[in-house]
Amino acid sequence: MGNGTRLGRVRGLGSSHHGSQHWLQQRLTALGNILLVTWFFVSLIRLPLGDHGAVQRWASNPTVALALILLVISVFWHFRLGLQVMIEDYVHGEATRLLALVILNFYAIGGAAFGIFAIVRIALAPAGLAPGGM
Amino acid sequence: MAGKQPSARPLSPHLQVYKWAPSMAVSIFHRITGDGLAIVGALMFLWWLGAIAAGPDAYAAFLACVWHDPSPEVSVVHQVTNILGKVVLVGLTWAFFQHLFSGLRHFVLDAGAGYELKINKLWSILVFAGAIFATAAVWLYIAKEALHG
Repeated sequence: MGNGTRLGRVRGLGSSHHGSQHWLQQRLTALGNILLVTWFFVSLIRLPLGDHGAVQRWASNPTVALALILLVISVFWHFRLGLQVMIEDYVHGEATRLLALVILNFYAIGGAAFGIFAIVRIALAPAGLAPGGM
Repeated sequence: MAGKQPSARPLSPHLQVYKWAPSMAVSIFHRITGDGLAIVGALMFLWWLGAIAAGPDAYAAFLACVWHDPSPEVSVVHQVTNILGKVVLVGLTWAFFQHLFSGLRHFVLDAGAGYELKINKLWSILVFAGAIFATAAVWLYIAKEALHG
């Protein structure tokens, strides 16, 4: 990998050295999103969303809980990459850009952790606490 | 890492120079809908998940804010958020379909296909039309279920 001329620098993996990895991960998570979010969208339309007990019974099914966790990982990873590109395009100045990227990482990782923890809480909640039981 | 110092090198032409085309609109709407889903959509999703986990009372409070407050004296705040919630949910539905169809277009373009001017324009217009059609279909279905269910 060159480090002298502009062409030499680009011949590596781009100026950030992991541009192609970012590009590929965006596509892989997009594939995951097509499957998982489409499933989730259809589920939302079919569910009686006004009935907490019914929604909780659905979400505490092990297969559903697993799919929801995979959805959180795929979606949050995908939008972390997407929002990163937006910040890199529109936020200028190294300090503000760094701050924006730190906030983005806090939001994406914190949000995903909150989501996965909520799914686990729903899935592992004692059956007696759910209205109407299981 | 763009420097602030002016360069003698020629600048690339920017948005206002080009004649506006459907492919440009699809591109910017892909970013707008993606960012909207990432912020508004993800926060609504987390709020919903947290409310399910917290129990029936928290879930009822979530529904009373976002969808419909069943109490006889609905507060002004909930009157506003009940309308706002539906607007946001319809908007998220549209953003989802727009981003999905636009994303599928990106996969086709990644494969090296669909760059011919007429084909590219056709698929760009179809992305917009498909997203609006799918959103209308979903919400007509929800409205029908709400009336007859």
